[in-house]
Amino acid sequence: MKLQDISLNNLRRRKAKMIFLVLGLVIAVSTVVTLITVSAMMNADIATKLDEFGANILIVPKSDDLSLTYGGMSISGVSFDVRDLDENDARLIRTIKNKDNISIIAPKLLNAAKVQKKDVLVVGVDFDAEVRLKKWWTLVGKKPTEPTDALIGSEAKSKLQLGLYQTFEVNGTAFKVAGVLEPTGSQDDGIIFIHLNEAQKLFGKEKQLSLIELAALCYDCPIEEIVRQTSEKLPGARVMAIRQTIESKMEAMHRFEHFSLGISIVMLFVGALIVFTNMTASVNERTREIGVFRAIGFRQTHIMRIILTEAFVTSFVAGVAGYFVGFGISKIVTPMLAMGGGLAITVNYLLLGFSIALAVVVGLASSIYPAFKASRLDPTVALRAL
Amino acid sequence: MSLIRVEYLKKEYNGSAEKVAAINDISLDIEQGEFIAVMGPSGSGKSTLLSILGGLNHPTNGKVVVDDIDLYSLSTERLADFRREYLGFVFQSFHLIPYLTVAENVMLPLAVTSYSSANQLGMAMAILEKVNLEKKAKRLPDELSGGEQERVAIARALVNQPPIVLADEPTGNLDTATSQEVMKLFQSLNAEGQTIIMVTHNPENVKYVQRCINLRDGRIEAESYRCPTVEK
Repeated sequence: MKLQDISLNNLRRRKAKMIFLVLGLVIAVSTVVTLITVSAMMNADIATKLDEFGANILIVPKSDDLSLTYGGMSISGVSFDVRDLDENDARLIRTIKNKDNISIIAPKLLNAAKVQKKDVLVVGVDFDAEVRLKKWWTLVGKKPTEPTDALIGSEAKSKLQLGLYQTFEVNGTAFKVAGVLEPTGSQDDGIIFIHLNEAQKLFGKEKQLSLIELAALCYDCPIEEIVRQTSEKLPGARVMAIRQTIESKMEAMHRFEHFSLGISIVMLFVGALIVFTNMTASVNERTREIGVFRAIGFRQTHIMRIILTEAFVTSFVAGVAGYFVGFGISKIVTPMLAMGGGLAITVNYLLLGFSIALAVVVGLASSIYPAFKASRLDPTVALRAL
Repeated sequence: MSLIRVEYLKKEYNGSAEKVAAINDISLDIEQGEFIAVMGPSGSGKSTLLSILGGLNHPTNGKVVVDDIDLYSLSTERLADFRREYLGFVFQSFHLIPYLTVAENVMLPLAVTSYSSANQLGMAMAILEKVNLEKKAKRLPDELSGGEQERVAIARALVNQPPIVLADEPTGNLDTATSQEVMKLFQSLNAEGQTIIMVTHNPENVKYVQRCINLRDGRIEAESYRCPTVEK
């Protein structure tokens, strides 16, 4: 027989009290697990719906001389004289550590050109990426598919007096208006969009890019972290975060996280209190028993080990049970809050380990004083008979 | 040389107005193999003396030397080790652990030793055989009679083969027949060389012992190898 056998036998004997103690911790741990899981699902929800918010990172060449406004944002360094970005830069973005957090990469080549004898900004884009990025675009006609198809803004349409399916020339190459943008209220209204490849050929800038827009979200690290990683990969580029697109959403998220943290702390405190009162009551009930242990030669450390082993076992059980209760509650609560974007909640072994560790730490910390008190019991007082 | 040497022992408790001496200047020598009865009226200091001899109760003055070890110069933890190695306790109310089986109760003092579980069980069964309880090894204490529980308590006190057994009113909760049975068991253990110090009220018990120490008001009133009848 070892000391742990005494602890386990006692727990078996006092099933009702053990269940009460476990329940106290289960409530605390399951609350923490539920809040963590719901927060994670909310983050995942934001991540999956990120493209609805548009770009939040802009990559432009480094330059001090010229600035150009695009999309209502002031972009320094978009110049015809500095080294443009190239398509390889766009590929390099896919190699950063947080590459999985990048939802859309939308490369662009900007060039001024004469169309119908008027100066106009012609932008080469990847239409698939661009349309995904700008969910607010409404097209009349269709998305350009043929190499010579173009998409024109509403203002460009009226200034150049172009209609749907009409053709126009840029640097001697004919393009057809495949689609017209409904007014957006942005600079896009005055722009002619053509396929990126065609723009590169047209302006003699094979493989080159003027800027790259990214839709990215790193919910477990600051957006600046993706900016930093991208800057490292593209030393010749200037990478800027456009925070406002997600900041309000993230702020709401952070508020929920703070709320969750507060609730978790309160619940853990309640759990700790339940363990503490239960263990103290248990020590008081077992005064004589502890007196016997001391009389027959158990050291104070042996008494502490008996009490703390009981606390460890109950906390461990509570940690496992708490995780699965929290997991079950999350499965019910998340769809009710219409979050998760259809993402399935699966068993997270890291969170399971965390739950067990949390329960064990709270359980042991709350039991240290009762265990210490038990170990210091005066054996003669404890036995009384002597 | 004496196995136990008690020198000028004094134990005072704080009373409501002044200090009360439970033990007052007791000196005593106990040889190995003795069977001693400590007697006296209630409040004479019997149990206090036993608890001090058992390393459970620090005296106010004086010292207790067992096998050349000055008990109360030891640290708390070393004193626990001493109790484990030298002493076996038998309590009036048995104090068996209710959620452990008879065998587990007997093995209890071995739980903090390096003996393997198999060895512990072997030692417990051997001692249970000695007290005729080997067939009830798997029972829980509340499934046993008072006499059987007392014998389990004695087995627990003997399992680690301590040189000294301290018994506090071992027959206090037993009927006459069972009391005699328990006393005969003590007598046979003593015949095998076991030193036993027993606190008792029961005048019937003194016929089994070799020496009686009579206490009154914390002092030794009489000490005799022919034990007198004890006041109740």
